[in-house]
Amino acid sequence: MSADIVFAGVVNGLMAGGVYVLVAVGLTLIYGVLHIINFAHGSLLMLAMYAVYFLFRKPLGLDPYAALPLVTAGAFAFGYLLYRGVIGRFAHGKDENILLITLGLSIVADNAALFFFTGDTQTIDVSYAGRFLQLGPALIPLPKLVSFLASLLICALLGLWMAFTDTGKAIRAVAKERQGARLVGIDVENIFAIAYGIGIACLGAAACLLMPFFYVSPSSGHAFVLIAFTTVVLGGMGSFAGALIGGLLIGIVESLGGLRFGEQLGQIAIPLVFILVLLLRPTGLFGGR
Amino acid sequence: MARKQSRFGVSRRSFVGGAGALSVGLAGFPAILGAQAKAVKVGLIHPVTGFVAYNGQQSRLGATMAIEDVNKAGGVKSMGGAKLEALLGDSQSKVEVGVSEVEKMNEAGASAFIGCFQSPVGIAATQAAAKYNTPFLIDVGASDQLVRRGLKNVFRLKPGFGKCVDDGIAALGAINKGAGSPAKSAVIVHESGEFGTGTAKLLAGKLPSIGIEAKELIPHDNPTRSFDNIALRIRSMAPDIVMMSNYGNEYMLLARTLFQQKVELKGMFSVLGGGFNYKFVKDMPDVSQFMMDTNHWFNPRSEASQALKKRVEAGGALFTFEVYLSYTNVMLLADALERAQSADKEKLIAALAASTFKAELMPYGPTKFVDGQNEGGLPAVMQSLKGEIEVISPEQFASAKAVFPRPKFT
Amino acid sequence: MSRRAMLWCAAGLLVAILYPLLFGGPSLIARSNYAINVAFLILFAAFLGQSWNIAGGYAGQTSFGHVVFFGTGAYVSTILHVSHGWNPWLAWPVAIASGGLVGAIIGVLSFRAGLRGSYFALITLAFAEVFRIVANSIPQTRGGLGILIKADQRPENFQFRDPMWFYYLALVLCVIGLAIAWWLTRSRFGARLAAIRENEDAAMALGIDVFREKVRVLALSGAMCAAGGTVYAQKYLYLDPSIAFGVEKSVEMLLVSMIGGAGTIFGPLIGSGVLHLVGEITRDLGNVVPGIKNAQPLALIVYGLILVVIVAYLPDGLTGLLRRRR
Repeated sequence: MSADIVFAGVVNGLMAGGVYVLVAVGLTLIYGVLHIINFAHGSLLMLAMYAVYFLFRKPLGLDPYAALPLVTAGAFAFGYLLYRGVIGRFAHGKDENILLITLGLSIVADNAALFFFTGDTQTIDVSYAGRFLQLGPALIPLPKLVSFLASLLICALLGLWMAFTDTGKAIRAVAKERQGARLVGIDVENIFAIAYGIGIACLGAAACLLMPFFYVSPSSGHAFVLIAFTTVVLGGMGSFAGALIGGLLIGIVESLGGLRFGEQLGQIAIPLVFILVLLLRPTGLFGGR
Repeated sequence: MARKQSRFGVSRRSFVGGAGALSVGLAGFPAILGAQAKAVKVGLIHPVTGFVAYNGQQSRLGATMAIEDVNKAGGVKSMGGAKLEALLGDSQSKVEVGVSEVEKMNEAGASAFIGCFQSPVGIAATQAAAKYNTPFLIDVGASDQLVRRGLKNVFRLKPGFGKCVDDGIAALGAINKGAGSPAKSAVIVHESGEFGTGTAKLLAGKLPSIGIEAKELIPHDNPTRSFDNIALRIRSMAPDIVMMSNYGNEYMLLARTLFQQKVELKGMFSVLGGGFNYKFVKDMPDVSQFMMDTNHWFNPRSEASQALKKRVEAGGALFTFEVYLSYTNVMLLADALERAQSADKEKLIAALAASTFKAELMPYGPTKFVDGQNEGGLPAVMQSLKGEIEVISPEQFASAKAVFPRPKFT
Repeated sequence: MSRRAMLWCAAGLLVAILYPLLFGGPSLIARSNYAINVAFLILFAAFLGQSWNIAGGYAGQTSFGHVVFFGTGAYVSTILHVSHGWNPWLAWPVAIASGGLVGAIIGVLSFRAGLRGSYFALITLAFAEVFRIVANSIPQTRGGLGILIKADQRPENFQFRDPMWFYYLALVLCVIGLAIAWWLTRSRFGARLAAIRENEDAAMALGIDVFREKVRVLALSGAMCAAGGTVYAQKYLYLDPSIAFGVEKSVEMLLVSMIGGAGTIFGPLIGSGVLHLVGEITRDLGNVVPGIKNAQPLALIVYGLILVVIVAYLPDGLTGLLRRRR
């Protein structure tokens, strides 16, 4: 492979990674704090993307980037209520049960979408979708550049929020030591719901950034789930920096793997990375437990 | 341990309870309507949920519309006006569910089946139906493994991918020659499943015969998140033509990526391009402009097909190939029933095997089934021009002339 | 086993053996291949679920990628049969052994690295993905084209015209699975696994070679699951990477055990029965509800809700419910 192709591949990988980061951040937060593997992650991403689609359509005609604060807030509320109303209520604290509940929820969400929105794939056509930034041999589509930068920004903001606000600190406390946090008077159930809500809010943001260059259909969220899991594992469950670096790394590995070994076989890089990290360094790059 | 007793008690209860629930389920399905002549039950098995739910639902739409039409026109006249009754089945894209539906519908008295969109489901379901010698009409299913297996009950009206590739290549060869043969190389992008791989291999084998070199075959997964890298490789290989064989979402994403990156090509030509349809062309007129596809299409010069198109669109649906293929298959079945004068399976199979049914809606030659495959089935080659889909080949059905090579991006 | 329990067992077995004669063959009631087929699916899923249960329920090693064993078994026997002319009955033990081998390898790799709980679950998922992608890419499996087994429905070919025989085969496998589970409740091996499940560190402190036992149970589980893979391939006569290694099968295996009650003998069977019946009934619902243009997804929505409800109110699975009632 020529140096040009490698360079362009790396750039493409970074851009793809930006999206993985955002999806993974939500997952890692949910796992780190609640210790649940959120099977519903892909389905919830899909619902958020539908929201972006409907907001874009006439008569609202809202640009996805302009809609970002709205969709993110809405996703937070949805996630919070979902946790409070269903997941937290029915899980009885058993890990396997939460898994099954999130699985059941994803079946419901996927088919509700199918029923109400039909199986048609929907896309949005933003005016700036065809614009490019040319970086040597690499062509970066504008929406992907935006998504990359926005992901980094959101990650950074979230990290700061977690570090410096009371709620953020409470979340970290609960993640580290549940019982202890209860003992010092933290409302753990509320924190769980907030953490889940933030995780879903990240999906809301990801949806706004994805729609300009992807599509939505009732089964489109699942395309990102395994790779998000890989990112979380690579970066370390519960670590934001891990999700960030992990996501970008995975993007690059996937991209170069695909170029070198062909798109089909190259996909093997993802589960292989996953396996190697788990076998050799299960805490991931930045995980600390 | 005291637990054991309850566990074993449950097992007996679960069997009995299970059998009870099962018989309730069977008795309740399907609702039987009283009619003067006994209705002919047609089992429709399509993936109406899951990844390809849209396609399955379109198939079901076409079949149920056709059944209604047959009944409105008086049913099967040689059988005393017997009406057709649809038994609706969801294969959920799974082989075992498709087979289960065959069994269930067989119990319900299905005289024929129509299905299944996905070839693996079709392969297994037709085999299951073969046990009862029930005719099975494949409305959509590209694999050539569906027919010519020695199963007498299988009939496929539409051409398989072998034929589609042959005709597509021939058309491409003619178009290329007519433009002075500007195209010498091609890259084939395909989905990594049965349909994409099979089609791509056939294409790669036949391209040299029209003077085009297949530079590379690029398989991709379903779903694919981004085609940036494939676009990158295509840019670096600089082929004259990009050929595609994949499902709707990936087809659309790839086309959009290549368009947005302004990759210079003489043309884009797909065989059984999953995404080449009205929605694509209407939603993305710029991206789809000049793209060509070899696919199942209706005969644009047939009044009946234009009328059906209007009806389907008036109902808010798109006139996609699943609709008119399953519609036509119901008509094929109705015609065979007329000639067999009964729903007896042996007679029906014989009537189908000897069928000379005129497929009004389709640009086909005369119907002739050989080993289950209709030799008269033809694909059409279409091109998206100015937001419309025009048929550019075969000539006798064409509605426009091909534009090739496509103009450069300026 | 108490006499009463043995009587229940025998009664259940008798019903199961006679079941097809009610619905098939020289029948008293009208022949229903559909009923036999559904029963086959229930028993088959129960057997696969039991294979998961051995590792996940009894030993506490939850896996999300169990389909890797299923697909391995299916492909090994199919490739030996189609490409090398082996008789499928002879290829079957090879397939079973390869399932066990894959189980052992995954076990050695994962447990050597000390993976537990969710980490182990996720790595099994990744292994299944690797196998799927490899199956899609190598010529031996014909990649995405899949392998078609020629229909030659004679018993010596491991193919049966009458689905009743597949039902009996599934019944035999299911009974074997139950026997293995029962053996686990009685044997030292099973006791060691239970100790590992309850508290791995304590088990180690008790002198149990935790690593060895976990690898063994995963190998056993893999072998069982692979046996099912071959049967599936021989029944449906078509195999491709997404059928063999798709994640839905892993989920199904996990689901039937957890719903029925993980770590119990009859859990997977109960779970399988309930889920299949719910599935059949809700799928019917989709066709019968009038006035709705596209009712099919509603059926699956109901299915998902039922799942949530079962988990919400019956956290120990259905056997938990019955334990409480007694």
